[in-house]
Amino acid sequence: MNKITYREALNQAMCEEMERDERVFLMGEEVAEYNGAYKVSQGMLDKFGPKRVIDTPITELGFAGLGVGAAMAGLRPIIEFMTWNFAILAMDQIVNAAAKMLYMSGGMYKVPIVFRGAGGSAARVAAQHSQALENWMANIPGLKVVMPSNPADAKGLLKSAIRDDDPVVFIENEINYGDIGEVPAGEYLIPLGKADVKRPGKDITLVAHSRMTGFALAAAEELAKQGIDAEVVDPRTIRPLDEETILRSVAKTNHCVVIEEGWRFAGIGAEISARIMERGFDDLDAPVLRVTGKDVPMAYAANLEAMTLPSVAEIVEAARVSLNRA
Amino acid sequence: MATNTNHPDKPAGLEFEGRTHSLDTLHEMHDMMLFIRRFEEKAGQLYGLKKIGGFCHLCNGQEAVCVGMQHASRPTDYVLTSYRDHGHVLARGSDPTAVMAELLGRAGGIVKGKGGSMHMFDIERNFAGGNGIVGEQVPIGLGFGFSSWYRGDDRVTLCVMGDGGVNQGGVYESFNMAALWKLPVVFVIENNQYAMGTSLDRASAETHLFKRGISFKIPGMQIDGMDVLAVEKHMREAIEHARSGQGPILVEAITYRYRGHSMSDPATYRTREEVDEWRTGRDPIARLENQMIEAGLATADEFKQKDREIKKRVNAIAKAAEAQPEPDPSELWTDVYANPIEGAYPYPGKVG
Ligand SMILES: Cc1ncc(C[n+]2csc(CCOP(=O)(O)OP(=O)(O)O)c2C)c(N)n1
Ligand SMILES: [Mg+2]
Repeated sequence: MNKITYREALNQAMCEEMERDERVFLMGEEVAEYNGAYKVSQGMLDKFGPKRVIDTPITELGFAGLGVGAAMAGLRPIIEFMTWNFAILAMDQIVNAAAKMLYMSGGMYKVPIVFRGAGGSAARVAAQHSQALENWMANIPGLKVVMPSNPADAKGLLKSAIRDDDPVVFIENEINYGDIGEVPAGEYLIPLGKADVKRPGKDITLVAHSRMTGFALAAAEELAKQGIDAEVVDPRTIRPLDEETILRSVAKTNHCVVIEEGWRFAGIGAEISARIMERGFDDLDAPVLRVTGKDVPMAYAANLEAMTLPSVAEIVEAARVSLNRA
Repeated sequence: MATNTNHPDKPAGLEFEGRTHSLDTLHEMHDMMLFIRRFEEKAGQLYGLKKIGGFCHLCNGQEAVCVGMQHASRPTDYVLTSYRDHGHVLARGSDPTAVMAELLGRAGGIVKGKGGSMHMFDIERNFAGGNGIVGEQVPIGLGFGFSSWYRGDDRVTLCVMGDGGVNQGGVYESFNMAALWKLPVVFVIENNQYAMGTSLDRASAETHLFKRGISFKIPGMQIDGMDVLAVEKHMREAIEHARSGQGPILVEAITYRYRGHSMSDPATYRTREEVDEWRTGRDPIARLENQMIEAGLATADEFKQKDREIKKRVNAIAKAAEAQPEPDPSELWTDVYANPIEGAYPYPGKVG
């Protein structure tokens, strides 16, 4: 075990996989000489050289497509988007090419690629640079969507994503890059599609991913002071979703709040809530509640920004409503 | 080279700008062009009978581009195209029954009935796809070129787009990176002068499309896409350029599609006279036949006989393809993931 940051964990994962497999390369804006816009690829150019750590022009659609073609030809690209906001320009290659290629080609062409970068809201950068778009991509068959909430998960999940033969959308969180945590040294893999119970509890289930996992854990602390024992489940992989772990938790607690940074409409919370309703209806003592980002673009002003995001207080409040203790 | 059995006093092949083609090669090129023509006509017929559905883009008139290009390339080279892909995949040597079965949505389709007209793939022949999104194949082709650069595998990628597709932004993103990193890619523009109903001059400020690479320092050439010998010759030069490590090159092949954009297009945006001018005046198949007859390499009767045989063959192919069953319903759920996660996929999608 080492205590390292979330960004170092991602760096370790990429370096270990590149040492292990010649076919893996990293490409994106500022990943090489600048050492990464968020320093995730620090030192990788020195370690692997300019053939395997490649700075691109600002051309998201182009280099995402390059990655798709390279993956079809048998390489294993890691394509870094400086942030997922900019990946919107590459959406055709992610959705129409990467996700569908295996199916359209009748199983001929695999696309073993990782699209990764920072998603979710950053701090004080306003509407175009602060948004959670994972529900867009989780809607697409053919993609896997992975969102680590802590350094150990970041490493274990990214290593698995790089080894996976399918296109993986790997969404990091800018605010979490500096978080420090215990991370196993060397070979450490977390299987995709497996949720993790971050805090056991018996009264209510809080389901939260990425940065919101931390919010849910903080809310659970607060609830504990109020005599409520909350369980926090982090799906870690959004698609495919580990429904079983969530249902098992709800079967125990009979109450559930889903928390996400993204917008409410057709969000991850809507999906999880529907699945609990479909398969865990009899386990519920109260409707599943959702705490989500407010249905507005992100504002710049500090107070408006804070209001837009879910807060620990809102999660606590929702839990109390669910338990009829508000 | 074989001797000219019909006319021992005449050459045993045809010369085009310094390249001599043997009789065998000439027949191969001719037969493939004619085969594609008859295959497409059959596809059109089956579409009329509602046996082929959806979009179906025929390449009648453009056969010389498909065939000349393939004759200039190696089997190890990669080919990517738009949705107008039947001619290219056939020229590449893929099984025509599988291609026809694909059009008919059958189990033995080249991609198991999952792609249809616009999405032909053949990994064994390095045919990496027909793409339905205009211009999408260009960044993907760039990636194939990148993989050759990365591995140093001496392959070239042939990336085909239309005169409409060349206006997509991703094309220029790809031109830039291909030139920046000297990737072995030949960008081929099939300039058939229309993008659906929009003529070239209504869509492009610079209608000399071979110049579209200039600001990326990509050399370009314009060639006669109605002459298979010209296509073969210049594509060979272009492919050599790319293979030699000098970076990408752009080839604009001037051609014409005789049919509408897709089967549902009556093509009222152009005159009968214009179509006739190309169809009767510049047809690539008639052109090669006339050249061969004039050189005493073949006779009109020989070609007529061939045509009868090819039509028969195409009919048999269509019959065999039609006789195939539709894909097994279980195929619905396969090929979504290469590594499906057990228990998590497929999602419960049905009631009960
Ligand atoms: C991104 C995108 N926009 C629009 C279309 C609809 N569309 C299909 S083909 C086509 C015309 C393309 O013409 P061109 O590139 O010249 O190729 P051609 O059909 O002549 O071979 C259009 C507009 C599409 N498939 N994809
Ligand atoms: Mg066109």
